[in-house]
Parts: sequence; C-alpha cells; structure tokens
Amino acid sequence: MRDVAVIGIGMTKFGELWNKSLRELFVEAALKAIKDAGVDHIDSMYVGCMTSGLFAQQEHLGALMADYLGQKHVPAYRVESACASGGLAFRLGFIEVASGMSDIVLVGGVEKMHTGADSTACLAAAADAEYESFLGITFPGLYAMIANAYKEKYNIPFDRFRKQLALVAVKNHENGSKNPNAQFPIKITVDTVVNSTLVADPLRLFDCSPVTDGAAAVILCPVELAKKYTDTIIKVAGSGAATSTIALAQRDDITYLDVVAKAAERAYKMAGVTPKDIDFAEVHDCFTIAEICVTEALGFFEPGKGAEAVEAGKTALDGEIPVNTSGGLKAKGHPVGATGVAQICELVEQLRGTAGDRQVKNAKRGLAQNMGGSGASSTVHILEVL
Amino acid sequence: MLTPRVYKEIPQRYRLEANKCKKCGRVNFPPRLVCPNCGSQEFEDYRLPTTGKILTYTVVRTPPVDFKLQKPIVLAIVELEDGTRIMCQVTDLPPYVENYDEIIKIGAPVELVFRKIFSEGEAGIHVYGYKCRLI
Repeated sequence: MRDVAVIGIGMTKFGELWNKSLRELFVEAALKAIKDAGVDHIDSMYVGCMTSGLFAQQEHLGALMADYLGQKHVPAYRVESACASGGLAFRLGFIEVASGMSDIVLVGGVEKMHTGADSTACLAAAADAEYESFLGITFPGLYAMIANAYKEKYNIPFDRFRKQLALVAVKNHENGSKNPNAQFPIKITVDTVVNSTLVADPLRLFDCSPVTDGAAAVILCPVELAKKYTDTIIKVAGSGAATSTIALAQRDDITYLDVVAKAAERAYKMAGVTPKDIDFAEVHDCFTIAEICVTEALGFFEPGKGAEAVEAGKTALDGEIPVNTSGGLKAKGHPVGATGVAQICELVEQLRGTAGDRQVKNAKRGLAQNMGGSGASSTVHILEVL
Repeated sequence: MLTPRVYKEIPQRYRLEANKCKKCGRVNFPPRLVCPNCGSQEFEDYRLPTTGKILTYTVVRTPPVDFKLQKPIVLAIVELEDGTRIMCQVTDLPPYVENYDEIIKIGAPVELVFRKIFSEGEAGIHVYGYKCRLI
C-alpha cells in the first residue's frame, strides 16, 4: 500500500444558500480544491452525499458532478452512509490512491438541504424506517434518548447536566466565530442554549446542529507525488470505518458509541498512535450530547467523564485536546454529506498552520470523526504533517 | 385498504411476532434471517411479552409532518420482561403536561397496547401498531 497525502482543499461557505443549487455547490468546492492542489487533471472522483433524492429529487450524482466539473469520462462514485457519507467517500478515495489504482483523486461531499422538503423527514431516513422513523422519532429525538440515558447512567443532576450540554455549544460557537466559512459565526452563552426552544427533551434548539447547504472537497495523491505540489506534506496516517446496529434500541449500551470506538481502534492501529498522541480533533457534534459520547468513544476521556471534560475546558481551543476548532457541526453548519470532507479541510488548515484566529499551537497530528445515524456507521481519519 | 409498506409488517405491529435463535436463544424483533449474536440461521417462532420498563425516553416537540396533529409525541426505548428492547410511543398520557420528567421515570413499568400510529399521506390511511402505557 502506498502512503497517501492530502494536497488540496476547498469548501463553500456553509449556510442557508437558497440561490445555489446542488451541482453549483459541489463544483465550487471541487474547483477550489483543484486550484489549491495545483493539479491539471484528476484520475477519478468520489461524491459523498446522503439524500439528494429526498431533498432535491436528484440521484446519479457521480455522473452529474463529473459532467458539471468538466471531467467528462472520468470515473465517478457516489458514496452514501447517511451523515458519514463524506467521511466514507474520503476513505474510499484514500484506498484507491493507496492501492495504486489511481494517482490523483478528488473527494467531495455535498448536501443541498434548503429545497422546500421537510428536512426532519428526509434526515429520518437514516434511522430504521419501519421500527424507528415509522413511530415519529426524529434525530434530535434519538440523541435526546441517548442524553437521558447518559444522565441516568452517570447519575448527573439535571441542572448540572443541562449546563454541561450547553457548554459544548458555547465552545463550538466560540470557535465557529473565528471561521469565515461557518453558517453561524456568532458567540453564544449558556443562557442562549437553556432558554432556546425545546426540540426533543432535554435537547433544545441550540443543542442541535443546523440545516445547512454546502460542499467541501479535497485532492489526494501518493506522498511521493505530493512533493511535486507542496512542501508541507500532510499524510493520511490512519483510516478506520465501522458499522453497528441501525436501531438505537438494539445497541448494547445506549450511551456508548461502539461504532466510533471500533473505527477509532482501526485508525489508531494503522497510524501506530494512541489517543494521547492526537493534538486536536474534529468530531461529529450533530447534537451536544454526541460530542460528549464521541470524545469518550475515541478514548480522549473515560466513559462518563466526557461531560465533565467540557465543563473543565479540556476540549477548548487552548485546552489539552481542542475539539471542533472549526466550530463543529453546531456552528460551522452540517450539510450532512459534506460534513466528513469539511472535517478533513479543517484538519489540513490546522496542520498547514493557516487556521488564523482558531489556530491550534503546534498542531502536528489531527483526527476527524464522522458518524451516520444514531451511531450506526462511523469513520475516523488521522492526518499528520510529515 | 392498506399500502404494501404497511401490510407486510402486520405480524410484527399487530401481534408482536418475533423469532428466537435456536442456537443461542437471542430474541430478534423484527425477526431476522441471521442471528446477530451467533450467526445461526435457525429460528423458532416467538411472541414478545407485553410488559416491561422504560430504559430511556424523550418528548419530540417537532415531529415529521405525519405526526403534526399529535405533537408533542413521547417516545421510549422499552426493555420487555424477557430482555428484548423495542422503541415505541408512550400513550394514554394527560392531554397537557407541564413537565414530563415528573410523570415518566426511567425504570417505570409499562405495558404494550394496540393503537393507531398515524394517518399516512394525503389519502390519510390509518396505520396501526403497538405503543406502551404506564402501569
């Protein structure tokens, strides 16, 4: 297997972009990545997207995007794994370059969510259609169930737990306020969160990532070839993916994201590192409780200690393990199919040292964790500066 | 008249039909062709018990369109007395509740009951299934 590097990144601004179409978003991000890398062609491309069919009545995204990117005849693959579509697309692009099948591969992710469709119903398609969504459950509802189970299992008083959840959103908005591409680059307080409208008890509006239009793209090539394009070689040191039960009720422990632990175990093993060797991380904070559970499953904190860690500032920009320096899904926005690729863009910005006001000092190794459904699929990638 | 999506699930939704692995005894609801516990493909018919307890729950304030008339809806993961877990709505609650945490507790005993779930699509076809109520 060949070593693989990320040599180009590009993303659109994330937001409520009523005047931009699915294809425009993808092409804009892809062109930026191609320009950033300085490549004159691509050998193949991947399109991560969750549900353009439900949102925009458009499938067949591989061909559509290759056509509109001016890449006629280039093989193109659409990858779907709910909200982990972008992360899984990145993994497949990585495998294609590592295998020697192709040299220069574009991996993009896109979601156009403001189309007039009922986004809650579209997203619910990532759950078990007959035994979850059929009952009226929504994604905020599924994660709210995880939150209530977590509070009960670790016996945390409601008021303290409520504040711990809020602090995840406060931190991510603090970071997001320094990200020009973020959908909501605004600072908020604990009061903003606890006084916002209830969505699914105990989660409130500001516990939830927003509905977002956007796209992100990266260019991959072998490390040997990367030297031709850049002096800062950023290597994909580890890649892990895993699946677990589609229905939350079937999970052995509702509060523990086994799928994340398994994907992380594989990525750490490939990279030859442990959680302690990670300088910063982008994780899937689709809801505030998700970030807490994910940081535990990644091994940054013991099970049951993730909420306290946020309280203690351990995951802040200047903390021991900065989490979601980009603002995360919460503040940057969550165009579901694009999220996994946008996380990689943030890792590269940090590793290049070009993250501006949100730069992590001495960032040499970063981790990106992307997740589908209520924890049914996940990818973990570890990138490092050579 | 029922749509195919609805009638093919009738054995599970009306009668709680599951299957039980002949090798390891694990109960699967809905029934499966491969046991996720031991990989066996041999099963016997099994019907779920109708009592259990609440493992976790939530109150969905912003449900999908088909549930708009019912909102808010309360949903729970219930562990039945044989250890099988299912998700279902919690029904027979008072019409207006100030604080759900005061009437629904994790660990509270419940029983499964037969109810209308929602009316589907523009034609408004009623679809039925199981919900749980506090006992």
